[in-house]
Order: sequence, then structure tokens, then C-alpha cells
Amino acid sequence: MQQRNNENRLSQEYTNSVLLNGTLQTPKWWPYLVSILGFFVVVGFVLFGVQIKYGLGVTGLNRPVYWGLYITTFVFWVGISHAGIMISAILRLTQAEWRRPVTRAAEILTIFSLATALVFPLIHAGRTWRIIYWLMPYDVSRGIWPNIRSPLFMDPIAISTYLTGSTLFLFVALLPDLAVLRDRTTGFRKGFYTILALGWRGNPRQWKMQVVGGILLSALMLPIFVSVHSIVSWDFAVTTAVEGWHSTIFAPYFVIGAVHSGVSAVVTMMALMRWGWGWNDFIRPEHFDALARLLTVVATAWLGFTFLELLFAVYGLDAPEIALREMQIFQYPWNMLFLLFLLTGYILPVPMWIFKRIRTNIALMFWSSILVNIGMWLERFLIIVPGLARRTPFVFTWDAYSPSWFEWYVLFWSFCWVTLLMLIFSRIFPLVPLFEQKESEVFSDDIKIGRATVPTIFREEEE
Amino acid sequence: MKSLLGLYLDPNDAANAMDGLKEGGFEQGTFDVLTGTPYPEGAFGEHVPQHRLFRFPAFGAIIGFSLSLFLTTATQLAYPLITGGKPILSIFAMLIIMYEMTMLSAVIFSVIGIIFESRLPNISPGVYDSRITEGYIGVVISVEDSEFNKAKKILEKSGSEEIKEA
Repeated sequence: MQQRNNENRLSQEYTNSVLLNGTLQTPKWWPYLVSILGFFVVVGFVLFGVQIKYGLGVTGLNRPVYWGLYITTFVFWVGISHAGIMISAILRLTQAEWRRPVTRAAEILTIFSLATALVFPLIHAGRTWRIIYWLMPYDVSRGIWPNIRSPLFMDPIAISTYLTGSTLFLFVALLPDLAVLRDRTTGFRKGFYTILALGWRGNPRQWKMQVVGGILLSALMLPIFVSVHSIVSWDFAVTTAVEGWHSTIFAPYFVIGAVHSGVSAVVTMMALMRWGWGWNDFIRPEHFDALARLLTVVATAWLGFTFLELLFAVYGLDAPEIALREMQIFQYPWNMLFLLFLLTGYILPVPMWIFKRIRTNIALMFWSSILVNIGMWLERFLIIVPGLARRTPFVFTWDAYSPSWFEWYVLFWSFCWVTLLMLIFSRIFPLVPLFEQKESEVFSDDIKIGRATVPTIFREEEE
Repeated sequence: MKSLLGLYLDPNDAANAMDGLKEGGFEQGTFDVLTGTPYPEGAFGEHVPQHRLFRFPAFGAIIGFSLSLFLTTATQLAYPLITGGKPILSIFAMLIIMYEMTMLSAVIFSVIGIIFESRLPNISPGVYDSRITEGYIGVVISVEDSEFNKAKKILEKSGSEEIKEA
């Protein structure tokens, strides 16, 4: 393979040839992996059909636990989606140099995880088609309109806003790379990229719009990103009847938890991209180092919120709330889940990230990021289910909740589905922004200070 | 009217070509520089483009806000179910929907603005070379037939690797 060269032209050629190796050629493993994932995804669709035919009885959901694994997984994927804007927008706004190989992966992770999250309320509803009645003014003659006071209505509005915004954000950032693909393909694919590239030529006006537009969209997307998980948290927080849900701290707690799980998912994805496509020159240990530093701060803030959530719950001396926390933390099997949640969400991974040797070890970063997301999934499960499952007086229809194999499969399906979408995306569009990499070549140089030669990155001052 | 495209490997040569065209009396706007990556503004002595991008999100936000105010008000009034003796119009709930729709509209209009201000879609991009996305720098000029040779000479003199005509 051609090595990096100081001459800019060769660097750009090299960037194109390496970063398009998954788009212009098919990696050997790609068809096998796509076939396997495709099989599991199809099985998931069949099971979904079975659930529609036989109803929610195929799940473990029953009185009083109506919200179980499906809603847990919904919140989990919305959380993962927060990676995109957190990484892309904040790092773009602060012009952090290490963002370059990370942004595209983070943005597409946002889009596919959000699209997957949106599927879960549909699955959870049982009679999926009825969701439309709650969201659309479907029959004006009956005069029924959506109830805007319900967070169950606010939620899809917020997620759809985030999904639409993220998709447009991705498209704008893709334009220069679509031109690269247009210039390197023939036949049908050339026609496809020519249409999508909209006639991009790369003149100063277009580049200026890329830079200014990217910053503008980042600034607009950040408040949306904060609002989305806040509104998801209100699905629970505005419910007064369930202990453990009615908490004012939920909005920031959910947002910081989402960032924790989302950034960890980006680490997982970057490790897979480095191994799968061999992008060792572009996704480097220092990127993992930077992400781990960021994660350490985020995870510690998140732990603080976890503690505060517990503190606020018990400080009111509300007997049912205290009983719920006792159940969550001390009673089997919840105590085991709680312990596992703390271990995987913070106690195991974060002390690892203190050491630079671990932060720059890609395999260890990969496994620690997986641990975080096991913990974050458990966190959502422990927020949603125990409050519903706790035995309360004067209620005679209570039961423990045990998810059926159906629900476990749908959880598994969601991972296969997101991975499959990512793999398909990688065959059509580059997973690492080419122009951002090339820009970094233009804006970097070695300068001599005394006898030392120092690699530098410089940037323009905004007037 | 003809178009010429000079391809350069060295940014300094491309900048010299741009200077040469300016000194040769060609009007700003008739020539431009094409690159595969953003360069610092003014690196080629090019005309710094002005834009009105920030008007788009402001306009979008106003539209989104107005539309959401109408929707949230009209749908509640259309089915006036009094809950707990509270007023029909639930301001706080409305604000959340209005916030999302305002932001959504601002984002959509921003993207329209970015595309419009980039002068896209460009159905007839004119003379171009795929090597531009590989690191070559293109200096492109549209000239009258009478000035064709003069422009070509300037591009050649400044060290172009190749000149394409269209």
C-alpha cells in the first residue's frame, strides 16, 4: 500500500484509496457478515409478524409491568444516538482536531440507532398501526386530534426532529465526499453519485458553506440533542403513579447517561472500523486516548447524577419510594442487576481509562466500551421495570416480570439491524469523512523551534 | 464563450495563475479556483465570497414557530376537553412542541440555505477534471473567444500541468 507522503497530492490520493477501500471494493468478510446479519434480521421481522398475529401475549409483559424490555431497548437506542451530535457538533464547534475520523461514524450511528429506537414503540404497542391515531390527526370528522399534553406525543416529535436534522446534517457533510465518489466510479454508480453530489466542484464558495454551514448546523443540533433525551425522560418523569419515575433530575440524568453510552458506542464502532477496514493510519490510538479522556469526565458526571437520583428519591422520606429503592438495591434479583450495572457502567471501565497504556490499547478500549453499554442498558431496565413490578397494597394484579425469549430476540435483532444498516452504508458511502482528513493535511506542518521539529496543526481565525 | 481549466500541483502556481488572470484584466467572477479540500481563505488570492446563510435559519425558525403555534392551539381548541379544571390551552406542553418544530424548521431552512449559497444543484458544472478530488488544484475561467488565447497563455505561464478546454 502506498505510504503517506509529505506532498499533498499523494496524501490526498492515499486518503482516497485507503478510505474508499470499503466503498469501491467489497471486503472479503463483508458478504458473509451481511448474509448472517440479514438472516437474523429477517427472522426478527417474521417474529414481529407473529407478535402482530398473536398479540403481546408472546411477550412477558403483563399486569402491572406493561413497560419492559421493548421500552428499555427503545431508551437504550435513543441514548446511543446521542453519540453523533455530542461528538460531531461539540468537537466541530470547538474545532478539536481529533474529531476528523470520528464525526461521520458518530453521525451515522445517530441516524441508524434513532431509526431503530423509533421501531420499538411500534413493536411495543402490539397493534402497531394504532400508533398513527396518537400522532396524526387521522380522522377530522371525528374531531380527534393528538394530545399535545402527553409526553408520548412529544417524544416522537422530538425524535423525528432529531432524526431529520441529523440526516440533513450528514447529507451536507457528505457532499464533498460524494463528489470524490462521482469522480471515481463508472456506470450506474457514477450516475447515482452525480445526482447526490448536486454538481459539487469544490470552489471557495462551496467550501466556505461547508465550514460555516457545519458550524451553524452543529449549533442548531446541540439544543435539539439535549431536548430529545430530556423529553424521553419525561415519558417516565411526568408519571406520578410509579415510584422511581417521578423525578425532576431525570432530564439531565438521561442526557448525561446518553452521552456516556453514545460515546462508548462510538469507541466500539471505531475499533471495529480500524480492524475491519484496516484504517490504521486514520483511526489511531491517540483518537481512542482522546475519547477515553472525554468518557472519564462524562462517566464521572453520570455517576454523580446516579447518586443524586438515589439521594433525591430517599431524602423525601416517602415510604413507597424508599421501599422501591430497598427492592432495587438489596432484594434478589434486582440487587444482582444493580451490582452488575454499577460494575459495568463505571467501576470496571473508568479506572481502566486512567492509564494511558489502556486508553491507547484498542482491544481494551473496545471491551471496556462494550461493558459501559451493558451497564447503560441495565440502568434503563432498572429505572423502568422495578417501579412497575413492586408489590403495592390494594392492587391484586401484581406480578414479577420475566422477559420472554421473544423479547430477548428482538433485543438481539436490534443490534443485528443497526450493524447491518452500517455495513450497507459502508458499501455506498465512506465511513470516514475524506475531506476532513485532507483538510488536516493542508492545515498541518512541521515547524522548527530551536533544534526541535514540532508537528503542528494551525487554523484560521474567524473575523 | 469558452471555458478553460488549468490543473496545478503546487498551490503557489495556482495562486500565480489567479494573480495573472487578475492582472490580465479578467473580471472577478469569471474565474475561480477548484480544490479537493478546503484551503485557508485567500490562499489563492481568490475573491472572498459573501453569503447570507444566517438569514435562512432565522426565517425557518419564524415559520416553524408560527406553524407550531397554530397547530398546537388549533388542535386543542378543535377538541376542547377540559382536564382537571385547567385551561384548554396548555402553555407548557405547547412550548415543548413549538420548540421542536421551530428548531426543525430552522435546521431544514439552514440546509436549504447551505445548498442555495453553495450555488447547488449545479446542473451544468462546466469544465472539470476528476483529479481535483485527488489533490490537483484547478483554475477555471470562462472567456469570450477573443480572449481565449490570452487566458490560456496566462495559465500556461503560471506552470499548469495540463489545460482543458470546453
